Amino acid sequence: MLKTVFKAVAIAASASLLAFSAQAADVIKIGQVAPKSGPLAGGAAVTQWPNVELWSKQVNAAGGLNVGGKKMMVEIIEYDDKTNPGEHIKAAQRLAEVDKVDFIIAPYGTGFNLAAAPIYAKYGYPQIGVSAISDKMPELTARYDNLFFTLGNTTSFTESVVEILSDMRAAGTIGNRVAMVNVADAFGIELAEAARPRMKEAGFEIVYDKSYPLGTPDLSPIIKGAKDSNPDAFVAWSYPPDTFGLTEQAIIQDLDVKMYYTAVATCFPAFKGKFGSKVEGVFGAGGVNQDSARIQEYFKAHQEITGKAADGWASANTYVSLEILGQAIEGAGTLDRKVVTQYIKDNTFDTIMGPISFEGQISNKFWTVGQWQDGKFRGVKSSQMDGAAPIVVKDGWN
Amino acid sequence: MSHRSDIKSLIWGAILLLLAACVPLVANGYWMSIALTIAMFTVLATSWALFSGPTHYISLATAAFFGVGGYLVGTGMSDYNMGFWPMVAIAPIVGAVLAFLIGIATLRLSGVYFVIFTLGLAEMIRTLVSWIQNNFTGSRGLYVLTDLTEADIYIYLVILAAAVYLAGWWVNRSRLGFALRIIGNDETVARHVGINTATSKVILFTFSGFVAALVGALIAPRYTYIEPNGVFSPELSFIVVIMALLGGTGRLWGPIVGVIPFALLQEFINANYSNYSTLVMGIAFLVIVYFLPKGVVGRIEQALATRRRSTW
Repeated sequence: MLKTVFKAVAIAASASLLAFSAQAADVIKIGQVAPKSGPLAGGAAVTQWPNVELWSKQVNAAGGLNVGGKKMMVEIIEYDDKTNPGEHIKAAQRLAEVDKVDFIIAPYGTGFNLAAAPIYAKYGYPQIGVSAISDKMPELTARYDNLFFTLGNTTSFTESVVEILSDMRAAGTIGNRVAMVNVADAFGIELAEAARPRMKEAGFEIVYDKSYPLGTPDLSPIIKGAKDSNPDAFVAWSYPPDTFGLTEQAIIQDLDVKMYYTAVATCFPAFKGKFGSKVEGVFGAGGVNQDSARIQEYFKAHQEITGKAADGWASANTYVSLEILGQAIEGAGTLDRKVVTQYIKDNTFDTIMGPISFEGQISNKFWTVGQWQDGKFRGVKSSQMDGAAPIVVKDGWN
Repeated sequence: MSHRSDIKSLIWGAILLLLAACVPLVANGYWMSIALTIAMFTVLATSWALFSGPTHYISLATAAFFGVGGYLVGTGMSDYNMGFWPMVAIAPIVGAVLAFLIGIATLRLSGVYFVIFTLGLAEMIRTLVSWIQNNFTGSRGLYVLTDLTEADIYIYLVILAAAVYLAGWWVNRSRLGFALRIIGNDETVARHVGINTATSKVILFTFSGFVAALVGALIAPRYTYIEPNGVFSPELSFIVVIMALLGGTGRLWGPIVGVIPFALLQEFINANYSNYSTLVMGIAFLVIVYFLPKGVVGRIEQALATRRRSTW
């Protein structure tokens, strides 16, 4: 009896194995390592993971990718890097050696893109980096032949903020007094350092210049200090938790400036969710062309398929990176990674953000500053993007 | 320990080491990255146990020294155009000096006070580093761009492990090791019989700081990009302690007996239960603490002792 059962199980198992391997031939395996726990998990849950889900579902609903005349479904293999570079490297190796994925989706976070780059380069995976901002891009792309950058560099982010300040001063809305604060962590320090000389050069007086450690729970002294300096504009090179913390205090203490900027996560739906109509006129890093029909269609699909709203910045860029990967596979008509990588370098891609191409593996089309206008986060400054909205003047916290 | 068994354990150690050094010849990229993780934690846990094993002072400072090593390599190469190797030479010295100063200041604390202090240390140094970057050096992201592969780093760590084992072997046979064991059993007695308890503890603590900083420096090229928040992550200190305790700290080879299964378990959980890894890890901790309070080595020795008794 037991023997018969065993036999039946064995047959069933081998049958399903056969079915699996027959099916596996028609599947493109795509790996993704990104945080599901640890400090970056919150950001990845907004910007990274929903796009992976959205894109793979859309591709499969359309019958898969057309690879040299054969329709192939995509299968996503995902791992949590726990926001830990050591874990990330192990998982990336696992994708390459154990799961033998055909392609990968670039990691979330600058440090993780760079930690994984040598591995993905070794196996020849094209790595279309999105959430990776560095001023060393040319050196890195020279080193890693397969690495692409799409979200911009720190220099352009600071330059755009100074441009906005200059525009508003020219229009007579603000004077010369700028209060600037930054989170004392890599990105925040780098941006503040790049901004200081540019502001001075543009003739602005930095009347308040303070930093606070990452994870500071009480930011009221920072806002109080800024308010006491009597500024015309407030600029914060901030991270997600403090972007919320500073804005909360600015509302409580009524920091009444005509120009208020907080950096990362200002564009998150949760920012508006928390502060409601008070976000009107607030500037933040990123931006998106809200009037573009393709962006609107993307936002709608994002909401319907993942049940979450996309953010007003890197969500679209992340989706674009997946569109590029899919189009490159179809265009090259093969799963050969070398050919696909070359295809990405040589071609222009039709994406929701318009045509995108790479120059030295870097795309120069990205938004730098956005502003909340009538409940929508609109791009107001960019590098080579169309559809920038005119800026509005902030009128208190209402 | 007799002279003969000393020689025997040295020979055994050498054979195992040679085997370990052969791993890059057979392993693919995936197993190489696991072997590298194992090598890294073997060095960290063994050097940790050299101090904490005999003295029973639980140190959570590993991340602080490891972070100093990684950060120095990053800042040296990015901000001051230094080469990788000069920074690898400087980092452990800074780690040792730091450990020495901290040792002098705190090793008079005992029990839970020492644990709490060392836990705060990594956080304190991380904040200090951020403060220095913010006010003096500025930050452009710390890049460690080298041509070293995981296999290269692995070999360096295996060599370092050999050095740590030799040091541990020597300490165990020396007056210093004897003094540390007495301190662990009863510090008051140790003082009364004329042992300079402070000096003994500081020497070993300095050594563990030296080694952890060196590991942090050697492993930095693997991460390419160094962020203070990453290298000073307190999680590292806890994992080192748990691995060492799982293996057992009573023997020099105890920690590696914990490191290997723990690293493989962690890998298995991350690969198969990616969405629940934290939960499954927590359950694994509980199981270890409840069923293996003296570590795997303790269990083995207990089993051996029972067998010996029953054959008598």
